[in-house]
Amino acid sequence: MTEVTVVDIIGYIVIFVGVVFDLLGAIGLVRFPDVYNRLQSATKSVTLGTFGIMIGILIVAGFTPLGIKALICGVFLLLTAPVSAHALSRGSLRFGAKMWKGTVIDSYGKDKLGGPQIESEEGEAKESKEKDDEVA
Amino acid sequence: MRRVVLFVLSYGLWLLLTLPGGDWPVYVVGAVLALLVAIFFGAEFTHRPLSFLNPRRWFWGIIYIPVFFWHMLVANLDVAFRVLHPACPVKPGIVKVKTVLKTDVAKAFLANSITLTPGTMTVDVDEDVLYVHWIDVLDDGEDVEANTKAIVAKFEKYLRRIFE
Repeated sequence: MTEVTVVDIIGYIVIFVGVVFDLLGAIGLVRFPDVYNRLQSATKSVTLGTFGIMIGILIVAGFTPLGIKALICGVFLLLTAPVSAHALSRGSLRFGAKMWKGTVIDSYGKDKLGGPQIESEEGEAKESKEKDDEVA
Repeated sequence: MRRVVLFVLSYGLWLLLTLPGGDWPVYVVGAVLALLVAIFFGAEFTHRPLSFLNPRRWFWGIIYIPVFFWHMLVANLDVAFRVLHPACPVKPGIVKVKTVLKTDVAKAFLANSITLTPGTMTVDVDEDVLYVHWIDVLDDGEDVEANTKAIVAKFEKYLRRIFE
């Protein structure tokens, strides 16, 4: 690592972009109104961000043992992160976490849970079982 | 046959993970673990293991990767815009979409792809209907055809060639 090559610089740029996406995902986690929107932000940005970091490591390290491990980590992340997001969102809906009051439609609640799971206008859910998804 | 394919895959993965190799215990432990995985989880594995060898599937799989990453990048820029916009412009909702894919693996990949791309997240799968949480619902979200066209169509044509 004594001299920095062009490949290294590209790798560091990719890592930087990944970190920026991670940061945006974290900001979205704070700013978005309910569990489901937050999951959107957390899954997408953080998956691409972390995958970017892994690819950046691969570019810097090349196809050495370290680089290949980073690549495998990235691929596993791509395969598993959406699954956990799916499980969390489905679990929240079934548990009764209401969706934000600005939500347009809830086909799932209508079909499976006997009515849309959307907060009433006052901003408080009728059968509020958890307070995690309150609108600020 | 399934177990043999699964064994080869898991052992290959082990070899990649322990790449510099090393002494003989590394290889023996890997072989034993891969064998255990193959014995216990072989029954859960794909029912058509030979389709791994089909070059046409691999070809479309490789085509799919850049397509998928392009959509994923666009998705992230879109979400980033919404995060940074002062008003946080979201119009969320859960909509129904229909898929023509039949096999479980294809549906799983479709659901994963949807979750990782523009403002959409799969909540549940029920036969050929997917329930998708969408951060920016089209109109009032009641039109299943339009939803399907907007969310699913761009992946379906590739996934059908890869997995079916």
